[in-house]
Amino acid sequence: MEKFNTLTSRVVPLPIENVDTDQIIPARFLKATSKEGFGDNLFRDWRYDKNDAPISSFILNDSTYSGSILVAGKNFGSGSSREHAAWAIAGYGFRVVVSSFFADIFKNNALNNGVLPVVVSETFLAEVFETVKNDPQATLTVDLENQRITNNARAASESFEINAYKKNCLLNGFDDIDFLLSNKDKIEAWEKQHG
Amino acid sequence: MGKTLFDKIWDKHVVAHVENGPTQLYIDRHYCHEVTSPQAFQGLRNRNLKVHRPDKTYCMPDHNIPTLNQSSPIADLISRNQVDTLTKNAAEFGLTHFGLGDPKNGVIHVVGPENGLTLPGMTIVCGDSHTSTHGALGAIAFGIGTSEVEMVLASQCILQTKPKRMRIQINGTLGKDVLSKDIALYIISQLTTGGATGYFVEYAGDAIRDLTMEARLTLCNLSIEMGARGGLVAPDQTTFDYIKGRAYAPKGDAWDAAMAEWKQLYSDEDAVFDKDVVLNAEDIEPMVTYGTNPGMGTGISGSIPTLEEIPESSRLSFLKSLDYMGYKPGEKMLGKPVDYVFLGSCTNGRIEDFRLFASYVKGKKKAENVVAWLVPGSWSVEAQCRKEGLIEILEEAGFQLRQPGCSACLAMNDDKVPAGKYAVSTSNRNFEGRQGPGARTILAGPLVAAAAAVNGCITDPRD
Ligand code: SF4
Repeated sequence: MEKFNTLTSRVVPLPIENVDTDQIIPARFLKATSKEGFGDNLFRDWRYDKNDAPISSFILNDSTYSGSILVAGKNFGSGSSREHAAWAIAGYGFRVVVSSFFADIFKNNALNNGVLPVVVSETFLAEVFETVKNDPQATLTVDLENQRITNNARAASESFEINAYKKNCLLNGFDDIDFLLSNKDKIEAWEKQHG
Repeated sequence: MGKTLFDKIWDKHVVAHVENGPTQLYIDRHYCHEVTSPQAFQGLRNRNLKVHRPDKTYCMPDHNIPTLNQSSPIADLISRNQVDTLTKNAAEFGLTHFGLGDPKNGVIHVVGPENGLTLPGMTIVCGDSHTSTHGALGAIAFGIGTSEVEMVLASQCILQTKPKRMRIQINGTLGKDVLSKDIALYIISQLTTGGATGYFVEYAGDAIRDLTMEARLTLCNLSIEMGARGGLVAPDQTTFDYIKGRAYAPKGDAWDAAMAEWKQLYSDEDAVFDKDVVLNAEDIEPMVTYGTNPGMGTGISGSIPTLEEIPESSRLSFLKSLDYMGYKPGEKMLGKPVDYVFLGSCTNGRIEDFRLFASYVKGKKKAENVVAWLVPGSWSVEAQCRKEGLIEILEEAGFQLRQPGCSACLAMNDDKVPAGKYAVSTSNRNFEGRQGPGARTILAGPLVAAAAAVNGCITDPRD
């Protein structure tokens, strides 16, 4: 997994609530057997019309906005457990998703793919949307080590939560399987005890 | 202080605690389907790993498979490749596989319980969010991502942060023709789709005790739609009677030993939940959804909320959703036109659902303008429909059964609702495009679906 430390980037704002995994990556694009290529179909049905022509009003098709931080309305990633949603977001080039609330499974899936979900307050989120609307060049800084996110235009900053283990994984690029395999003796001991 | 049912099962499965981090939890049963597993198996190959406990994983294709002519090769080559990949992976890693054409094939969350593979007290995972279904038997069951599928294959363990515990009690007696699907849609409409995020739910109260096992499966299935990690019901005589005699259920002495353990599986009197929700069975009527998430639901005689009833910050999303559905704030749901009806999925694809649907349409006729897809959740459900003569009743009324699979629940196969058309669906998600690009989904239980199929519009099955 790619390491993550600090990132300063422009942002792509998506001020919609309850963005579910079927919007992030529709089911008909889940047929691949590798992790590659999902970024092309990120937000497919919002991004392209039925003739595969880009829908100009959708944010990813609007060249005013770009960057590797996606900022979305509350309850992002609800619905399916498909990790393809995280692969699509990572594949498109996002390293951070900011929202005031994430669905559980999505959060895990993102972290397992080196994408950092950052939970901010409703106020902070509203301010980011406002800032970017006024100045699409505005940037956010996400500092994982110190668990801080900063809206640079306003010099407004907030701390965010992440459990120490996951933080360590991201900072060092470790994944869970490495950890679990290093614990094999404990697994076998549990199996012995419980038959 | 006493323990909740969730804590009893969880504590038993703790292998280790990670300092300042998640818990390493042992998994008793792992189900695997074709869509979320190929990259996990590839991951094992890349690291040169074997499956740690091949005896604990069961594989079957369900998402991609056609519901007609299953004996012919799958026409969609990409789907076929994914299904074949599962067959090959299961063979290479020595796993049990109920492939296409196997009488045990079907939607995983229907197949697991009906074969006695899902048992009380187990920890169960699958790369599928509706794994919550299995909690109905008194198990901790939840959906995982593909990286986690790889972890379970490699180590039979997973790293999880312990969720908080919520109890939802439904007291009283359900009204006529009110089903567990209606209870679930009612709860979600009250809590919203994020209302139980971070929690594991235990369903309790008389109305839950009175439910059949299959009705409980439907209820627990929908736990994920309120954001919960999963939902469970304490096992009781209904549970034990359901399990006894099933293919993989314990037999003889093993049964007695299992029963002794299962009888301990309840929340202690003095157990404390992080959150308690109490609702009244009498307040629930047959439900329908009007929007693009399962929380946007109303009693069938009710109306879509007016704009004033929606908090200001949510109005944009609310209007976007209604716009997609072609509805306006404040409209009544009764009488809304319906083009498609889908009976099936891991939510309502079990024999009781087919019995309910058949009981309503018996002696009536399908509306001419409605296309109906009746898709059993498994081959065993199909066989039971045949045995009970339901097929004749359905055919008489103008309906045909298709072959088992996920089908129009997520439209990965050919069963897609065309853009702009309205489908009353017994499945679990009404997201934009879920049943095909542009498709408009109204979630409901099997009786409301039957009434819509016969009348061609949203109809109260009690009338
Ligand atoms: S029936 Fe629907 S919800 Fe259930 S496993 Fe299949 S696709 Fe998922």
